[in-house]
Amino acid sequence: MDLIANHISHRFGTLDVLDKVSFQVASGEVVAIVGPSGCGKSTLLSILGGLLRPSAGQAELRGAPPANSLNPLTFVFQDFALLPWCTVAENVEFPLAHTSLSVAERRAVIDDALRRTGLSDFRGAYPKQLSGGMRQRVGIARALAVRPAILLMDEPLSALDSQTRELLMEDFIRLLADGAMGAVYVTHNLEEAVRLADRIVVLSRRPGRVREVVTIPMTRDERGGIDARGKLLGLQNELWALIREEAIDAEREVQHA
Amino acid sequence: MLDRAPQETQQTGETRPVAFRGGGFTPRAGRASGWIALALVIAFWQLAGSAGWVNALFLPSPSAIVVAIYKLALSGALWQHLSWSIMRIGSGWVLGTIAGVIVGFAIGLSTLARGVGITFISALFPIPKIALLPLLILWLGIGEEPKIATIALGVFFSTAISVYSGVDAVPRNLIRMAQSFNVPFHAIVRRVIWPGALPSILAGFRITASVALLLVVSAEMIGAQYGIGAFVLQAGNLMQTDQLLAGVVILSLFGLAVGRLINWLETRLLHWR
Repeated sequence: MDLIANHISHRFGTLDVLDKVSFQVASGEVVAIVGPSGCGKSTLLSILGGLLRPSAGQAELRGAPPANSLNPLTFVFQDFALLPWCTVAENVEFPLAHTSLSVAERRAVIDDALRRTGLSDFRGAYPKQLSGGMRQRVGIARALAVRPAILLMDEPLSALDSQTRELLMEDFIRLLADGAMGAVYVTHNLEEAVRLADRIVVLSRRPGRVREVVTIPMTRDERGGIDARGKLLGLQNELWALIREEAIDAEREVQHA
Repeated sequence: MLDRAPQETQQTGETRPVAFRGGGFTPRAGRASGWIALALVIAFWQLAGSAGWVNALFLPSPSAIVVAIYKLALSGALWQHLSWSIMRIGSGWVLGTIAGVIVGFAIGLSTLARGVGITFISALFPIPKIALLPLLILWLGIGEEPKIATIALGVFFSTAISVYSGVDAVPRNLIRMAQSFNVPFHAIVRRVIWPGALPSILAGFRITASVALLLVVSAEMIGAQYGIGAFVLQAGNLMQTDQLLAGVVILSLFGLAVGRLINWLETRLLHWR
């Protein structure tokens, strides 16, 4: 199943946020969206996931979702969005409660999602008892439980400290390695973008337009090697050069507002 | 290979400790000091009564009040008055709370209900509900109904306000999360909005419990034969100040008991906080 942004524009009141943004995410592909602050990255993701109606254009799907997918487009949120009154297992179970799964099937799905995210020993814990990294793992387990075709990740690591970010980054790379799931990964962190994505959509400052689409010239396997580090850093610097001027302008604009 | 720096070596010269300046601003609730202060006040009050510093008619001593409560309990009058009051509070509170929760949720979830509901609540909430008792007596007759209706009205407005504020306070990101998983509307209300609004609803119960207590006493003073309010008024008319204060102490204990009950509910239902 492909996800297509078809000339998406959006405005909040008199503020133009997105301007005719178009790109495609092929089945199993990981696309990062980067750009200066306030360029509408998160707004774009909300529109792609059907949580926000765009002012013009639309988000489209092509092809059937995988037969066993319970929620083809599934979000992973920046602030985790866990129900604080539910345990880890109950949070993972939350999107399954209204599906047609039997109790036994549901339990199997929850066990599998918890195991894949290393949460099996924490199923009875409440979110307040967990560190930020573990909370986001619950968010990921909840997303995995519905067997998504495409993960929509809205700065999933930006609320975490750098060490936890590194650990979760490794988890993401592992989870997305087999190409069974695609992802749209919104981030302001260029290192995350080059390490995870197959392609990177660079947005201009507000109103966000597609400025460049950069393809990472390495397979996912190649990117794991030691030699790849230098090459990825080079790519990251090129991206930064693209964004830097606009990032400065965007920051000034926020300060004057 | 990490190039490790050598261990820090002791430098010579006078040292002085960094002055501590981070104290204060962290008051703790000390149970013991509270109880001691209360005991001291009661002891002083008893002493003033026993030594004849104050006229027992105007301020009976604590021991006289305890004796009065004991006699009331023994004669069965205490239970008779208390049961009437509890019946009125109970039915008025339950009716007002049910209506308030329904209207509060409607205001929290529907644009139409919000427009209409908030206008009416803003207009009617400031009316002291006891002022409506005479009108309610005209409408509902002399009996329990107008008293219960007065309490229900008082409880209703506070409950509706705390419920819709609670619904408003449910983090929107949780609702969006639920929507992103295609969770149906009724399940979002039951599993996201209800538990999210519960802290505010329970805080509202604390307020409505005291509103109900205030209104039951006022209503019973205006027109009732039995009930703690009626009892306190009669005792005052007969200058039986020990009985009067016995009634007040019972009201205070009743209020404390309700507060405890709500504390218990909060620890049971909001343990996740």
